Amino acid sequence: MRITCPYCGTRDVVEFTYQGDATVTRPDPASTDQAAWNAYVYDRANPAGKHSELWQHSGGCRAHLVVERDTVSHVITSVAFAGIKPNPARTTTPKRKSPARKAATRGKAAS
Amino acid sequence: MVERESPLGQAYKPGRHGNVAEAAGVTLSETRPGSIVEVIAWPGNEKTALAAIKSATGLALPDRPGAGVSREGRAGYGFAPRRWLVIDDREGAARELHKAVAETTGVINDLSHGRAVIRIAGPRAEWVLSKLFAVDFSTGAFPVSNGCSTSHHEIFAQIQRTGKNQFDVVVFRSFARAFWTTLCHSAEEVGYEVS
Repeated sequence: MRITCPYCGTRDVVEFTYQGDATVTRPDPASTDQAAWNAYVYDRANPAGKHSELWQHSGGCRAHLVVERDTVSHVITSVAFAGIKPNPARTTTPKRKSPARKAATRGKAAS
Repeated sequence: MVERESPLGQAYKPGRHGNVAEAAGVTLSETRPGSIVEVIAWPGNEKTALAAIKSATGLALPDRPGAGVSREGRAGYGFAPRRWLVIDDREGAARELHKAVAETTGVINDLSHGRAVIRIAGPRAEWVLSKLFAVDFSTGAFPVSNGCSTSHHEIFAQIQRTGKNQFDVVVFRSFARAFWTTLCHSAEEVGYEVS
């Protein structure tokens, strides 16, 4: 797998470090909502298909990146610097997937 | 000033090594510059930082990823967003840059004693480096004066093309001997000269 860093260009994946799911939002640090913290730490959608994730170009320019990657085909559709533009995926409140959404995702992955 | 000791130690063996059937494919050397300085601009202060680098060192670095300038005794290039590396044969460039870069523009980091610069020159330089780094070293993709940051396994390296067939590789001083040894092994097949 190769990732095209917006600064360095296309590089091998060994230069990058996976930094986790880019769709989760940390609750307010002052929050004592155990359910929200539990969801932030443990709940992941694990989709078979398009996924937004954080990578760091640790063996290069060290920039943090938001990578849109298909977890089935490993096709990368977009790479952007993290934190430069507000990423709508990261500003939404994390929600557990409703059964309807789950079904829709499953349908998309199968097609 | 007390002369700085080379980190290469016993691994630095001047002379002709490896394949001696043909002319040496590469020449390896340590450039031992007096100053290695990193300049880091706060977000939105890229142009001001580049102007400060120009006023302190005379290097007009282009504001493009990896773009740089390479002159006799002085070089600089961008190696990461808002970050540039300046290498000067003279000591004291950090002091000059510190004066030129306002604290509202960014910060500087004097790495003179923390890095080693290894030069690989010769017609097979591209070939030898391609064995170590997953970077396109052809002149089209990597023109003269451009730089990049990459790594060889866990050894972080900043590379600048300082001539058509010449590259300067900046590595952590503590890794310099290991990297140098690897580089020597990689150059054996083409034959190399340590100068």
